[in-house]
Amino acid sequence: METLALLADGFATSLSPLNLMIVILGVTAGLFIGAMPGLGSVNGVAIVLPLTFIVPPSSAIILLCAIYYGAMYGGAISSILLGIPGASTAVATTFDGRPMAQQGKAGLALIAAAVASFVGGTISVVLFTLFAVPLADLALAFGPAEEFALVLLAFTTFVGLGGDDVLKTIVMICLGLVLSTVGLDLISGSPRLVFGDLPGFYAGISFLVLAIGVYGIGEILYTLETSRTAPSVTPAKITFKELGAGFRAMNRMWKTMGTGSFLGFFVGMLPAAGATPASLMAYGIARSTSKQPETFGKGNIEGVAAPETANNAASTGSLLPMLTLGIPGSPTTALLLGGMVMWGLMPGPMLFIEQPDFVWGLISSLYTANFAAVAINIALIPLFVWALRMPFTVLCALVMVLCIVGGFAPSQKMHDVWLIAGFGVAGYLLRKADYPLAPLVLALVLGPLMEKSFRQTLIAEQGNVLAFVERPLSATFIALAALFFVLPLVKYLRKGGRRSVAPAE
Amino acid sequence: MIYKMTRRAALAGVASIAMIAAGATSALAEGWKPQKPIEMVIMAGQGGGADRLARLFQSIIQKENLASMPVLPVNKGGGSGAEALRYLKDNEGDAHKIMATLNSYYTTPIRNDIGVDIEEFTPIARMALDTFVLWVSADSDIQTMDDWVAAVKASGGEWKMGGTGTGQEDSLVTAMLEKEFDIKVTYVPFKGGGDVAKNLVGGHIDSTVNNPSEQMGFYQAGKSRPIAAFTPERLDVFPDVPTARELGHDIVYWMQRSFVAPKDMPAEAVAYYTEMFEKLSQTEEWQQYTTDKALMADFLSGDELQAYFIEERDKHAAILADMEGDGSS
Repeated sequence: METLALLADGFATSLSPLNLMIVILGVTAGLFIGAMPGLGSVNGVAIVLPLTFIVPPSSAIILLCAIYYGAMYGGAISSILLGIPGASTAVATTFDGRPMAQQGKAGLALIAAAVASFVGGTISVVLFTLFAVPLADLALAFGPAEEFALVLLAFTTFVGLGGDDVLKTIVMICLGLVLSTVGLDLISGSPRLVFGDLPGFYAGISFLVLAIGVYGIGEILYTLETSRTAPSVTPAKITFKELGAGFRAMNRMWKTMGTGSFLGFFVGMLPAAGATPASLMAYGIARSTSKQPETFGKGNIEGVAAPETANNAASTGSLLPMLTLGIPGSPTTALLLGGMVMWGLMPGPMLFIEQPDFVWGLISSLYTANFAAVAINIALIPLFVWALRMPFTVLCALVMVLCIVGGFAPSQKMHDVWLIAGFGVAGYLLRKADYPLAPLVLALVLGPLMEKSFRQTLIAEQGNVLAFVERPLSATFIALAALFFVLPLVKYLRKGGRRSVAPAE
Repeated sequence: MIYKMTRRAALAGVASIAMIAAGATSALAEGWKPQKPIEMVIMAGQGGGADRLARLFQSIIQKENLASMPVLPVNKGGGSGAEALRYLKDNEGDAHKIMATLNSYYTTPIRNDIGVDIEEFTPIARMALDTFVLWVSADSDIQTMDDWVAAVKASGGEWKMGGTGTGQEDSLVTAMLEKEFDIKVTYVPFKGGGDVAKNLVGGHIDSTVNNPSEQMGFYQAGKSRPIAAFTPERLDVFPDVPTARELGHDIVYWMQRSFVAPKDMPAEAVAYYTEMFEKLSQTEEWQQYTTDKALMADFLSGDELQAYFIEERDKHAAILADMEGDGSS
């Protein structure tokens, strides 16, 4: 077992006092960065990158990975407490996390998220340890056609299983896709839908702007109207008893968490796919295989666990193409790649052979980072829950400020702040009319990816649409997508066409 | 006595501190320094040649302490760099933004009306000229340029040539190849050179024109094969790979790797960045990298650089006009 020997050597590196301290520091910083809407792992890693020269390269990459991990854990916090996903990977966590918080079960939801993240992270690190090198070939087998099929699958898990009203879901997906075409065309470079040459639109509409608008501002407007002065959130308490209950609840969800972990790891491993489709698909599968699918979206703890296992597993998975192929799977891994270049390490097929000390030190640090993250996260839950006990009048103003700052900070353009305001009002109206918002936001994230891979395939295959089903991998995904699309239709017909009247929320 | 002594010593100490402080302020007043992190906009996607190079520059700047503020690379690769060009234009007068350029710096504004005139931008420094090589996957039977031409002809126009976008450097070389050999390929655009390299090795495209730096990892792992170099002379890193010129096909093409800044950047800031890159070009790391990755280091700045940009732009306008003429015929 050569791998185990190498891993043991790696642990010798990552368990040194300096590196352990670095992991704890990085995870704590990452947790807070991830919990802030508008700040994500990208910002955290970018800010810290220049500071890493003071420590040796192996410690530096451990620090960056610890921040990356911490931020993935932290992303769930604002999704659950405020209903604002801080990153696209945490959108699915809002579906059940937010309702749980509103029912006064914020502590339980946070425990679920932390434990699920830990399970997802750990299972995927084990997979990474055992199969990193052979799996690189699978990542290579993914061309544009497969990419398209995968994104299509992510969409259909949504249409089929998302809202109660399929038509409204489709309308929102279409709207999101239209928004995603704003800006410069990916392939030809021509400006599209820039509203008479408004410079702000050239960069397109970013996920963050839309998410902060519809979830942040829109949610506040909606709550203001529905609750007037009464606090909308039942104050949450967190005790050891609750902690125990949380662990027991998690213990019943091994199937969900196992599926989420494997799915997250494999989807995250594919360059360009990443954690967002992974978390969605995990949510979709958890819901469709559940015995009580109708409780999803209304505060089912499984709806928190599934996407959180998947997005953490995916964040480990996305390190795989970065290390073995030199192709970053996400903006954050691109920064990590930059860091490695900085220390004179060239990621690519030769890295595992030429720099085993570095690689195995990094892998072993993922184990320690995972342990540190779950411990610190659970220790800090009372603090996060306490934040929710603030009077609504105070919380509301605070969230509003966070939204505006979080939207302005990345681009430093007032254009984005106006867009947030616009999306906020639109989001409020759409919510009132019972349109689900998640498909809108996710279509914006996945749309450009889908468009690009669709066009690349058609160009490469001389316009042959059948290319998608002629390739075995992409054909499998498309078949699954078709299944997901048809399944709810069959269920619907079996029920004799009775329509659920529950609000799609 | 003792009291007096200490008092005198204390006075002297205060005086010397004051002098140091005065010295420090005058040093500060001398030159402009960035007040916040410097944004390094990259005209291409992640993992490609331009991206890796920009991140290398960032690392050398940080390591050698060439800038008083951190440098943050930002990828704006959409639409063959149109996203980055437009961004630079919209940040007129900004002293904390610089952009790493490719040849799409010339071609993108010619091909699309994005309201950008590169003559308005402020030239900073040209760091190097990068080279191009024709690549196939190591699984392919193609060993020589002749094999390649024969294979393209046999495919009847379905030969998939990957690249970073129509009008980008590699697409110009591809167009030159098509013209030289009277062949037709299907050009498939990807987001960056790294993506192109991966798709070649994964077998999703048949051949590419990549910078050596983009394929080096796969080449060393025995997964891709260089066929011919588009340089006047053989590259030191691939001594057995012939140049197209040697084979009787005069195709030579360079890619400039430079830095520019927005229109009306304050002159002191321009001087600061120019000096920063000049120092960078003399570092050992940079010289090592240019040798390893087959780049030609050739520093140029100021008006000379602007003149070079304009000359190259006109050259590219001619190449593009030629390409489009062919397309319509």
